[in-house]
Amino acid sequence: MTNRAAFVGATTQHCSLATSKLDVQSVSKWFRTSRANVHALAEVSMQVAAGQIVCVVGPSGCGKSTLLDIIAGLTQPDAGQVFADGQEVAGPGRERLVVFQEPSLFPWLNVFGNVMFGLRLCPELRGDERRDIAHHYLSLVGLEKFEKAHVHELSGGMKQRVALARALAPDPQVLLMDEPFGALDAMTREHLYDDVQKIWADSRKTVVFVTHNMREATCLGDRILLMSSAPGTIARSFDIPLSRPRSIYNAELVAHAAAVADALRGTMGGGVPE
Amino acid sequence: MRRAVVVTAFFAGLLLIWELAAETGWWSPVLFPSAVSVARYLWGAMNDGTLLEAIRVTLQRLLLGYVIGAAIGLPVGVLTSSSKIMDDTLGSLALGLQTLPSVCWVPFAVLWFGQTESAMLFVVVMGTVWSVIIATNHGARTIPPIYAKAARTMGSRRLHLWMMVMLPASLPFLVSGMKQGWAFAWRSLMAAEIFVTILTGFGLGQLLHYGRELNAMDQVIGAMMVIVLIGLLADRILFAPWERFLHRRWGMDGG
Ligand SMILES: Nc1ncnc2c1ncn2[C@@H]1O[C@H](COP(=O)(O)OP(=O)(O)O)[C@@H](O)[C@H]1O
Ligand SMILES: [Mg+2]
Repeated sequence: MTNRAAFVGATTQHCSLATSKLDVQSVSKWFRTSRANVHALAEVSMQVAAGQIVCVVGPSGCGKSTLLDIIAGLTQPDAGQVFADGQEVAGPGRERLVVFQEPSLFPWLNVFGNVMFGLRLCPELRGDERRDIAHHYLSLVGLEKFEKAHVHELSGGMKQRVALARALAPDPQVLLMDEPFGALDAMTREHLYDDVQKIWADSRKTVVFVTHNMREATCLGDRILLMSSAPGTIARSFDIPLSRPRSIYNAELVAHAAAVADALRGTMGGGVPE
Repeated sequence: MRRAVVVTAFFAGLLLIWELAAETGWWSPVLFPSAVSVARYLWGAMNDGTLLEAIRVTLQRLLLGYVIGAAIGLPVGVLTSSSKIMDDTLGSLALGLQTLPSVCWVPFAVLWFGQTESAMLFVVVMGTVWSVIIATNHGARTIPPIYAKAARTMGSRRLHLWMMVMLPASLPFLVSGMKQGWAFAWRSLMAAEIFVTILTGFGLGQLLHYGRELNAMDQVIGAMMVIVLIGLLADRILFAPWERFLHRRWGMDGG
């Protein structure tokens, strides 16, 4: 396992360190509980260039969320480091904002208040600037009519749109998305792929997008990193040289997705279901 | 509007049936006083000041005991939620003592403090504190950790994190813990006032107690009605606004 991780680390060195926005170096993580000692990540290395979308794909429990938490600075790795713009990540900060897998909007604030939360923590902005930015991002995700709505009144898709607006509003350098659309129905999801591509085309954020959906990864990613589990390692890396915007019904895209899916089955030792 | 009419009609009907039943004279008026004689007692007690004084004394004791109970219970509840050892020790102690009806603290309190205000206060605090600890412990465990995670990525730290995230996130359990504490404080105080006879203050429970001593059923029933009324009013004034807020923001389940 360690060999393979080292190998992948070597092959991805073509992203020179100076230009890579995110540089994850041999990160390992164990979770020690009273019942078990889980080796969640084993020497994971990856680089993401500025303005790139990298999708991390892997079966449930392979350590995707753990990896994202470590990049965000929410979890400390047991070994290895993460560099953002050449600076070691020591803790969470608003240069790297997260759209979480589970619902994370604050129920005591309305939609507008949720988007304002991060903006209020930007001391360089004036009050009216904050409000303008919040309006802007809410209309970007198509929710300008729901600014006054309470969180529990929104559908799942709307909640994740608000979470996206909340993460975009403080203008982070890096956007970390942890299976943000995993709980949504297919139609809502497809709609959101278009939105994400549109927003990315305008803002050129650096994005790490975690998913276990092959087509989703192929639709959004410049690169796909395939993870294998127990312990979590990056098994393979695929470039997706398709033009944007992409549709998940595009035949070429489907072919790429199938190739990644085959490789995933290989890393899982003969098609173990999730 | 229609609801108010229905409620008024229901209680008016109840009073009417009561009055008519008393009028039949089938029961002794000493044991079954008419609604009118209870009203007459309440009116008299109101005018000679005994009722308002009793309400004042009772509310003063209640608030003091409740505030002390909550001030101890909330932090201890947070403490028990924060670690396994605390939960196993303090948490199980609270769980055990909460099952003890608060009137059982009365002999203990009287032996320790005598027939004093302190005995009364002790019973109320003991009646309140355990249920506040348990409600807070349970509630603090159910705050989704994702809120703090999300806030920390956006740059929220220390005081900001506590005031703008942890405090509002804990509102559902704070309100339910405080409400449960209030209900227990109220019940324990009535038990204490009935069983601890002291001269430093004459509360509603004592009004009830002396009503029995004097065989004054109108006083007993009148005091009971005032006690119910205060319980309802406290719920409306102290907790209903918070519960409405939670319902609006959190949705149906309030959690
Ligand atoms: N806080 C934690 N305590 C103990 N084990 C954990 C914790 N977080 C994650 N794990 C374990 O680490 C592994 C990776 O989890 P995770 O990163 O959530 O996987 P994924 O997001 O790919 O589904 C799993 O086996 C999970 O049970
Ligand atoms: Mg996950």
